[in-house]
Amino acid sequence: MNPQSPKKGRYLERDRSWHPEALTPNYKSSIYRSPASKLISFPTTLSEETGPIFGHDILGPIDSNLIHNYARQGQAAIGSRIIVYGRLLDEFERPVPNALIEVWQANSGGRYRHKNETYLAALDPNFSGCGRTITDENGNYEFLTIMPGPYPWPNGPNDWRPAHIHFSVFGNAFAQRLITQMYFEGDPLIQKCPIVATLTSLTAIKRLTGLLDMEKTIPMDSLAYKFDITIRGKRQTIFENKPEGL
Amino acid sequence: MAIVNDEFKESPSQTAGPYVHIGCTPNFTGIKKTYSSDLGSVMKTGPVKGDEIVIKGTIFDGAGAPLRDAMLEIWQADSEGLYNSPQEARGIANPNFTGWGRCAVDLKTGLFRFNTLKPGPVPSPNGPLQAPHISVWIVARGINVGLQTRAYFSDEEEHNSSDPILNQIGDSKRIKTLLAIRQKKGIYSFNIHLQGSNETVFFDI
Repeated sequence: MNPQSPKKGRYLERDRSWHPEALTPNYKSSIYRSPASKLISFPTTLSEETGPIFGHDILGPIDSNLIHNYARQGQAAIGSRIIVYGRLLDEFERPVPNALIEVWQANSGGRYRHKNETYLAALDPNFSGCGRTITDENGNYEFLTIMPGPYPWPNGPNDWRPAHIHFSVFGNAFAQRLITQMYFEGDPLIQKCPIVATLTSLTAIKRLTGLLDMEKTIPMDSLAYKFDITIRGKRQTIFENKPEGL
Repeated sequence: MAIVNDEFKESPSQTAGPYVHIGCTPNFTGIKKTYSSDLGSVMKTGPVKGDEIVIKGTIFDGAGAPLRDAMLEIWQADSEGLYNSPQEARGIANPNFTGWGRCAVDLKTGLFRFNTLKPGPVPSPNGPLQAPHISVWIVARGINVGLQTRAYFSDEEEHNSSDPILNQIGDSKRIKTLLAIRQKKGIYSFNIHLQGSNETVFFDI
């Protein structure tokens, strides 16, 4: 029995053919971690259409500045200085304001600051690789960080991750919760990576590629990469003409 | 179904990888200088109404091994069935209860634990009330798109029997995978199986 018509689902359904499959054997960790049964679908309910909201007051003054938010006084993280910025939109092209975005990344040598990390590249004592911000009223966000390094990982005999930054994104509904990764335009490792290859369309890969943006670059200071993010959108209620879901 | 230009489709998901803690629970992984505390580690910020409960469990992979690098988030109503969210139009939820929790599983044992409240029933779009439940979202290395499931309660048989989602599943063996089992007063066990004969029901919501 399903009393709910799918047409009344208020958040757009996820397009599962656009996202990676659960089982992607070339990414070996998915083999034992992918559910075998079909997902059970139902339209979003209040439980998915609500979600936690975070105020700007949770942020420290340099949470979004990864060059300095772990550095000792007067010091800075090692690496090429970059600005990573963009807009958070929903699938109806509406900006999503006041949304928490968290990032994490390896240091410039490709080493993570983590208890389980074993890569031989050196740790940077001034870099944790952790940052967060909240989008402004127009859905804009911006981080200052260093270019992460590529690194080898145990999967195939010689697999390397392209340089990337992990993004964790909230909207204002639990249905919108998303984790993804940003790659860097022009990186030759993108097309060799089994995790990138869990995406089957070049369009999807392109959507996860941050683009070098010379306009936003600060001369003699930082390069800039633009990375727009989209989260699920909520349908307008019929007969309602004010914007909704923001 | 609405047509969405590729340019505005949802950004495709990628795995959280093994180091999700750096960004989401930095204090948990020893990064103490960046944020004062890990978000979602406390759900009750003051006096609350209702039954205070603990939900604990382990996530198992297809080989029966506990996941030791996963992170879970939960989202739920308060004891009166109200969500602490601007989208909640029916009333004001208890301001001392966030409704949102985040927990990295123990790096050695794989155990997770949430100190929370027993939620009240909440409405469904049209039809009977939804039984008390907690929305659960799981990310980890090897999980390409965050897994959505729900924890219902073994001691809410009456509500469960009229829940529209559980009734949609139908198969009682599969429904059982969504039940947090009451161990004793206030303590519930909710184990999650990614594969195998007890594979948890996962949703596409």
